Amino acid sequence: MLEIKNLHASIEGKEILKGISLKINAGEVHAIMGPNGSGKSTLAQVLAGRKEYVVTSGEVLFEGKNLLDLSPEDRAREGIFLAFQYPVEIPGVSNTNLLKTAINEIRKYRGEEQLDAMEFLTILKKKMKLVEMDQSLLSRAVNEGFSGGEKKRNEILQMAVLEPKLSILDETDSGLDIDALRVVANGVTKLRSKDTASIVVTHYQRLLNYIIPDFVHVLYNGRIVKSGTKELAFELEEKGYDWLKDQKELVEG
Amino acid sequence: MSSTEVSTIEELANKEYKYGFVSDIEADSLPLGLNEEIICRLSAIKKEPEFMLEWRLKAYRHWLTLTEPNWANIHYDPIDYQAISYYSAPKKKPKLDSLDEVDPELRKTYEKLGISLEEQKIFSGVAVDAVFDSVSVATTFKEKLSELGIIFCSMSEAIKNHSDLIKQYLGSVVPYTDNYFASLNAAVFSDGSFAYIPKGVRCPMELSTYFRINAANTGQFERTLIIADEGAYVSYLEGCTAPMRDENQLHAAVVELIALDNASVKYSTVQNWYPGDKNGKGGIYNFVTKRGLCKGVNSKISWTQVETGSAITWKYPSCILQGDNSSGEFYSVAVTNNYQQADTGTKMVHIGKNTSSTIVSKGISAGKSNNSYRGQVKIIKKAENARNFSQCDSLLIGDKCGAHTFPYLEINNSTAQVEHEATTSKIGDDQIFYLNQRGIALEDAINLIVNGYCKEVFKELPMEFAVEAQKLLSVSLEGSVG
Repeated sequence: MLEIKNLHASIEGKEILKGISLKINAGEVHAIMGPNGSGKSTLAQVLAGRKEYVVTSGEVLFEGKNLLDLSPEDRAREGIFLAFQYPVEIPGVSNTNLLKTAINEIRKYRGEEQLDAMEFLTILKKKMKLVEMDQSLLSRAVNEGFSGGEKKRNEILQMAVLEPKLSILDETDSGLDIDALRVVANGVTKLRSKDTASIVVTHYQRLLNYIIPDFVHVLYNGRIVKSGTKELAFELEEKGYDWLKDQKELVEG
Repeated sequence: MSSTEVSTIEELANKEYKYGFVSDIEADSLPLGLNEEIICRLSAIKKEPEFMLEWRLKAYRHWLTLTEPNWANIHYDPIDYQAISYYSAPKKKPKLDSLDEVDPELRKTYEKLGISLEEQKIFSGVAVDAVFDSVSVATTFKEKLSELGIIFCSMSEAIKNHSDLIKQYLGSVVPYTDNYFASLNAAVFSDGSFAYIPKGVRCPMELSTYFRINAANTGQFERTLIIADEGAYVSYLEGCTAPMRDENQLHAAVVELIALDNASVKYSTVQNWYPGDKNGKGGIYNFVTKRGLCKGVNSKISWTQVETGSAITWKYPSCILQGDNSSGEFYSVAVTNNYQQADTGTKMVHIGKNTSSTIVSKGISAGKSNNSYRGQVKIIKKAENARNFSQCDSLLIGDKCGAHTFPYLEINNSTAQVEHEATTSKIGDDQIFYLNQRGIALEDAINLIVNGYCKEVFKELPMEFAVEAQKLLSVSLEGSVG
C-alpha cells in the first residue's frame, strides 16, 4: 500500500529525515517509536503533505501513485488520514459541518454521490458509539474548548467517519489518561481491517498494549535504526533509547 | 416567508428591473455643480411641494457651513462637489442583445453567486424576455399590501402623496444638520424608498428595494424612510448580492427608521458595490448615515449588514433607544480585500429605562485592505438599568492587511451593565493544513472558517439572503490567500 524509498526531508534548511525506507502492506499496523527529536512527527507530517517540510530526495508511493506529487487534500482524498498530535481549534465551524464537508469532498473526488444530511447523520451516530463520544460535542466548534482527551477522541471519530485506507496516528496517546487511552485505542482496533493499514507514532510502549502492532520501527536521528516485531517495543520500554545509540554507531560505522 | 412568496418577489424583481418605475420626468440632467439654483431646479423637476424645497435649501445652507469629516480611518483624494451633476434622468442602460456580449469576468462572478440567467441579463442590461405574467404578480403584491394599509412606494411618490407623514418624519431621526454627508443628502437626494406600516399590522412579506428601484436610477443620494406604527412589524431588505457598478463614485445615502410603541423594524443590507480593481483603482465611495429611532415603549430596531463592496465604506447604522424597554441590535460582517477601506460600526444611545442593545461585529480583512470597527455606546444619566453587550471580532487573512477597533463607551448611569468583548485572530496555516488533511481544498477551507466566523451574523439574515451572503463572501475573498 505504502512504499517509502530513501526519504530525505528538511525544514528551514535543517535535515530531519535522513533516508527513510519503509514498506507497509494492507492489513498491517506499523509502530514508529523513537526518542524526542528523532523525526517521528516529521515523517507523519511529510506523508500528509505539510508544505513547511521540503522533501530533498527519495520517493513515496501510495497504491502505486507518487504521493509527493499530490496536494495535501488529494492525499486525504486518496485515503490518507493523519490524526494530529495537536488538533487545532476552528471557532464557529461545528464538528458536524466539518465532517460533512470533508466526507462529501472525498466522495466527490472518488466520483461517489454526495451524502444528504440524513444519510450523513446516520453514519455519524454509528461512529460516535465507537469512540464513546458525547453527542453534545458534535454541535460544538471543532476542538474549541475540548479537553485533551476529547480532542484525541475527536480525531479518532473523524478517522472512523472518513474511513481512510492508511491512517497515521501521531502521538495519539500523548496527554491521555488511562481511560481515554483505552477508548481511543479500542476505537482504532475496531477500525482495523485487512484492507486498511496504520502507522502508529508513539514515544511510549503503553499504547501498543492496546493497539498491537505487526511491526515496530525505531527512528533515531532521522533514520530507522532497528525494526522488529512487537517484542521490540517491550525491549525499548525496558532499556530506554540509549542502548540504540550504540546500534546507530554500528549502522553508521 | 414561504417559498412561493420568495419566488414571487424574484419574479417581481425581474419585472421591475425591466421597466423601472414610471417617472414623468422630462429634463435630461442638470449641469455640473451645486448651488441654490440647482436645488430649485431639482425640486421643480421632481414636482415637489414647497415645503420640500424649503427643507432642501435649509440643508444646503447648513452644508455650506460644514467641513468634510476626516476622523474616520480612511484615505481618499478630495472630492470636488462642483464636478458632480446632482440630477440625471433615469437613463436607459445600453441594451445588449445577449449575455455573450457581457464582460466574461462579470459573468463568472454571476455564476459563482448562483444568479440565474434571467437575473444575469437584468443586472448586465441585456433585454429580458417576459417569461411570466408580470402584471398580475405586481398587482397581487400591491393589492395584498394596500389591503393591510401598508404604504410602500418611492420617496418621490411619498413626498407628493403622503406629505403629512413626510412632514412629520423626514429628518426626524437624521436631521439635515446631522453631519456633512447627511446635509448634502438632504439638499440633493434624488429618490429612495418609503414604507409605512400602520398600527398593529405585521407586514406579511420582506419588503425590498430590490424589486422596486431601477438599477440605473438608484442614485448617488438615496433617501429611505421606514415607519412602523404602534404594534407594527416590518422586515426590509436592501441591496442584492450581484455586483453593482455605477458611474457615480460618490454615494451618500440616508436611511431613517422609526418604531413607535411595541413596533419592530428589521433592516438587512447586503452591500456589494464595485470595490475597485485589484490595484485599488476606481470603486464606489459609500458614505452612509443610517439611524433608527426606537421612539415608543417596547420598540425594537435591528440592523444586519453584510458589507463586501465599495472602495470606501463609512457607515454606522445606529439606534436611539428613546422608549422605555426598547432594544437595538447591530449585526455586521464587513469584508475588505485588495485596497478596500471600511470604517464601520454602530452607535447605541440609551435614553429610556430598561433599554438594551446588542452589537456583534465581524470584520474580515484580506489583501492590503484596512478594516475598522468604530462603535459608541452612550448611556445617558436618566437611562436606568440599561444593558449593552458588544462583541467585536477581527479576522485577518494574510499579513498585509489591517484591522482596527475603536470602541467608545460613555456611561452616565451607575445601574448600567455594559460588556465588551474583542478578539483579533488570523486564519492560521495550521488550520488550513488541518482542513486540507480532511480532504478540503484551500478556498473551501477558507470559506468554511470565514463562514463559521460570521455565523452569528448570518443567522440574523432572512434565510435566502443568508445563503446568498455566504456565496458572496467566498467570491469577495477569492484569491486572498495563496
